[in-house]
Amino acid sequence: MAKRQKRFEVLDAREVNKDGFVTEWPEVGLIAMGSPNDPQPSIKVSNGVIVEMDGKKREEFDFNELFIANYAINTKIAEEMMALPCVEIARKIVDINVPRAEVVKIFSGLTPAKIAAVMDELNVVEMMMGIQKMRARRTPGNQAHVTNLQDNPVLMAADAAEATYYGFDEIETTVAVFNYGPMNALALLVGGQVGRPGALSQDALEESIELQLGLRGLTAYAETVSVYGTEKVFVDGDDTPWSKAFLASAYASRGLKMRFTSGTGSEVQMAYAEGKSMLYLEIKCVMLTKGAGVQGLQNGSISCIGVPGGVPGGIRAVLAENLVTTCLDLEVASGNDQTFSHSPFRRTARLMGQFLPGTDFIFSGYSAVPNYDNMFAGSNFDSDDYDDYLLLQRDLKVDGGLRPVREEEIIEVRHKAAKAIQAVFAELGLPAITDAEVEAATYAHGSQDMPERDKVQDTKAAQEMLKRGITGVDVVKALAKRGFTDVAEAVLNIQKQRVSGDYLHTSAILDKDFNVVAAINDLNDYQGPGTGYRLTGKRWEQLANIRNAMSPEDI
Amino acid sequence: MAQVNEAMVRDVVKEILAQVLASGATTAESKPTILSPNGAASMTLRELGEAKQGASPTEVVIALAPAFGDKLKQQTITGIPHAAVLREIMAGIEEEGMKARVIRVWHTSDVAFIGKRGAELCGSGIAIGIQSRGTTVIHQRDLFPLQNIELFPQAPVITLETYRNIGRNAARYAKGDSPAPVAQINDQMARPKYQAIAAVFHIRETEFVVPGKKPVELEVRFN
Repeated sequence: MAKRQKRFEVLDAREVNKDGFVTEWPEVGLIAMGSPNDPQPSIKVSNGVIVEMDGKKREEFDFNELFIANYAINTKIAEEMMALPCVEIARKIVDINVPRAEVVKIFSGLTPAKIAAVMDELNVVEMMMGIQKMRARRTPGNQAHVTNLQDNPVLMAADAAEATYYGFDEIETTVAVFNYGPMNALALLVGGQVGRPGALSQDALEESIELQLGLRGLTAYAETVSVYGTEKVFVDGDDTPWSKAFLASAYASRGLKMRFTSGTGSEVQMAYAEGKSMLYLEIKCVMLTKGAGVQGLQNGSISCIGVPGGVPGGIRAVLAENLVTTCLDLEVASGNDQTFSHSPFRRTARLMGQFLPGTDFIFSGYSAVPNYDNMFAGSNFDSDDYDDYLLLQRDLKVDGGLRPVREEEIIEVRHKAAKAIQAVFAELGLPAITDAEVEAATYAHGSQDMPERDKVQDTKAAQEMLKRGITGVDVVKALAKRGFTDVAEAVLNIQKQRVSGDYLHTSAILDKDFNVVAAINDLNDYQGPGTGYRLTGKRWEQLANIRNAMSPEDI
Repeated sequence: MAQVNEAMVRDVVKEILAQVLASGATTAESKPTILSPNGAASMTLRELGEAKQGASPTEVVIALAPAFGDKLKQQTITGIPHAAVLREIMAGIEEEGMKARVIRVWHTSDVAFIGKRGAELCGSGIAIGIQSRGTTVIHQRDLFPLQNIELFPQAPVITLETYRNIGRNAARYAKGDSPAPVAQINDQMARPKYQAIAAVFHIRETEFVVPGKKPVELEVRFN
């Protein structure tokens, strides 16, 4: 066009138009739901064995389908449940008069294609109704990302403390540079217990290192165990459902909480979607998780959110995958954990699907650091959005898992965490942390405010931590010796979970007194108004009391 | 909205290319790139048969994904010509007194496995794996496939200068040094802007994967 229409010039400059969109391409699986190549639901059971599923004979199953048929479907009731019309099952999900347990039972007998067809009967509000009823734990929760661009351990400890002080039940780190892994796990563990005893911490790394750190007690759980909806993507990663199930057992055998990770868009991102829709493939991942006996799943597209986010109906599909996870009676850590849009409107709208009904972890990584420091490549919300998030909770009377904080409290808790990690480094013979670093971490916005550290020394020391066999118990001793008795006790209590194993139950978190809160003792009993989790009493007062509201006495 | 069609991609590529060249992101040694008619800098890749196990401790392997350099548009996701990318990486390696050896991996388009395979075939045990969209890894033969020495996961923010530094660092690892990792830009907004497009890019590259086919030795000539 030679001459631009002025309104379109303004529109073109808007944030939303910095996002990248693509047209559907069903032949390669670039379609959110309902690909013409998705199979029609069907099942045949003979002598307790599934001999046909979704139009395929048993001998034609790929290994995902074989695993699902063998371990993820209750063959005793499958034919009966598959006979129920999709729309009827969809209505049962939404109907407050149908208890959660009944829907769980129905889903235990459904095939992937049937579940996909059921989801297609629901609009997003109905899906939210479903999640409100179907999530496993009654009390909603939240998880944070705590990382920084420099892998600075002092800053990481201070940020972890701030995050758990805000109320995150779980905190997750990873590395900017691979060799920092053990040191980041240490900083996160110590800082997290300073902010709120009982917060669980993890370090997303290559699977074998991640497992090692867990075995050594430097982390309390794991979730970076990925499963995929097509055989080819699995094979590309040198894996099978059986190898993943084996890894899951390794965690369970040592009393470590863990969940799998998957999400819409990963197969098409890796170019092996076999022309199937993103949701259909993701449903297979949820069922693989179920079949492996794992208690929960992180999904909601996760690191591939730009893919469903770029096609029509994609965010509805992302909500559907969370819902499917809850209907299969699994813990869900429901995404919202990656930069998704330049537009604040799209970012907020995408969050509402999980925020309004509540999930076990609304974010599977709210960025508790500024997004420039987020080594998961950013999150949907970050530390600069805290006050917006607290207002969303207060405006809508929704418990999003965070509580308002005061500046002086945050300064205190950050300072204590920085001092604690300084002491631990000194005791364990790790590269010294100066008082100037402690001061900088206390008041920092992000890693740009931190003095530089010697990275060669730090990475060497981090690798030596593994060789020297440093464990959580060494951390407890170091803290106790330097007078951080309360933090030492908290880290010790985290180690004790490994022995009791109570936090291996579905959707388990720990309260500040290290009591397990899980679907076993806090099962979601939502059945309409007057039931389920209600934001009332002290908790509501706490969430309503934001730091910047004026009271009559202020006038 | 910004639905992707070919004309738009071409415009974006042209614009970014102009920026890259204008901003002097090319270092002093890499003279302004000569563009071929389709917009890509020109180089010739000649296959020399199956890649053999290297023995020289002074070599660093650059392992190319199936479509890199002579298929599709021969440009990264931000339109940097593959020839310029390869030249910078090779220059970085040579600057450190090491020898660059280029191979093509056919059996996978996964950058981790490309890098790992290259490292296994390399005399020094260090390789750089690179995909057509620009995603890059420095790998070492004793690591697990999904481990790495350095990973550059965000193709849209990798500049030619970064590619040279990647070459240089890989060479240093090959010499047994422990260099500081290459400085990276972390642009969290690259995902919403590029991820869906990156998926399409990767699908197109993966169409060139030949299962079971062994890596091939390449001769590189810059025109």
